[in-house]
Amino acid sequence: MSFEISLRHTIAGRTIALDLVSDSRLTALVGPSGAGKTTILNGIAGLVRPDGGRIVVEGVTLLDSRKGIDLPPEQRGAGYVFQDLRLFPHLRVEANLAFGERLATVDRRWISRDEIVELLGIGHLLRRWPATLSGGEARRVAIGRALLSGPRFLLLDEPTASLDAKRVEALLVLIERIRDQLAIPILLVSHDRGEVERLAGTVVSLA
Amino acid sequence: MGISGAEWAIIGLSLRVSLVAVLLTLPPAYALAWLLARRRFPGRLLLDAAIHLPLVLPPVVTGWLLLLLFGRAGPVGGWLEAQFGLTLVFRWTGAALAAAVMALPLMVRAMRLSIEAVDRRLVEAARVLGAPPWRAFLSITLPLSAPGIAAGAMLGFARSLGEFGATITFASNITGETRTLPLAIYSGLQLPGAEAQVARLAVISIVLSIAALVASELLVRRSAGARAHVL
Repeated sequence: MSFEISLRHTIAGRTIALDLVSDSRLTALVGPSGAGKTTILNGIAGLVRPDGGRIVVEGVTLLDSRKGIDLPPEQRGAGYVFQDLRLFPHLRVEANLAFGERLATVDRRWISRDEIVELLGIGHLLRRWPATLSGGEARRVAIGRALLSGPRFLLLDEPTASLDAKRVEALLVLIERIRDQLAIPILLVSHDRGEVERLAGTVVSLA
Repeated sequence: MGISGAEWAIIGLSLRVSLVAVLLTLPPAYALAWLLARRRFPGRLLLDAAIHLPLVLPPVVTGWLLLLLFGRAGPVGGWLEAQFGLTLVFRWTGAALAAAVMALPLMVRAMRLSIEAVDRRLVEAARVLGAPPWRAFLSITLPLSAPGIAAGAMLGFARSLGEFGATITFASNITGETRTLPLAIYSGLQLPGAEAQVARLAVISIVLSIAALVASELLVRRSAGARAHVL
């Protein structure tokens, strides 16, 4: 299975519950805003500790509250593209890309910087500061930074949010390419039905 | 306006005392600022209050407390003398300690604000990318709070240059040892006919303070790529 997730979490008086088993290359998590989709991603990445649950990705247990397993974020192997991107403002694009790459052991890296630059078409941005990038450029850099950290799986939070129609199409093509060419499972959060139907093998709804 | 050798000595002593005070205080001040900005622990308010004490106490009282603690008969002072042969009272090192304690709250405040301004979500991003906590701190929190470190150092330096009450109480007013610029100005005012010297020393104080301010502003601009300002 690529993802086996069973989570319970109460935040601000609201209970989020998810049971998900998927063996698709791309699994989509859908639901109205405020349903807790980002909280789920944060739980998988290790940034939020759920009240209880079990998270297994590609056979590796990241969290099992009954067995007392709770890996810290840096050991989970998530390639997390945040909805708010979170590029490091004090580092140029090239240093942002290198950040996770330098931290990954050599055997964990499965794609080179040149391949990423080629795949995402960001060669002309390497010397730029994040503050000078457009929304679409910044998102591609954030995806590249995540992929270069040698992740075992990818978490994409609303990847097409705040992009115009032309950029959305380019990004969807890019996600399809990552899905079909790179051998890691993807969990995508979206509120766009059309986008989800086009990309995902498995769709899970969060009420 | 000629500056005499004795006056140069006063300037040199003042700079040495202030520089040592700031360098000595930087690491603990940053650690305290980080604790107060990022951690919740029992006794946090008490620690915050203790750090701020020198800011609100009469400096003479701070000097007296330093005497109790770091005097030759004090618990810390006695230990330092027995272990390392280090005496602080009546020495320039004592003047540096007094300046450091008085500068600490200002430095902590400046650094704490800059650490609180570092977006925690960036630290989270670094963690997810594979950085253990210390590495995320070194590569994200520390560089992004650098303007606050420079601002804190500048404030601390300026405060140390002007330190009077705690210094004269704890380290006394000894020529060549603890008579820094403010103490020399005060001493000059007690003597008839020293008006010209007082004026010269006062002008030097003003020049040094402005130089510290400008230097730190340049430092911050360089480190932050002209995106941040102390002033």
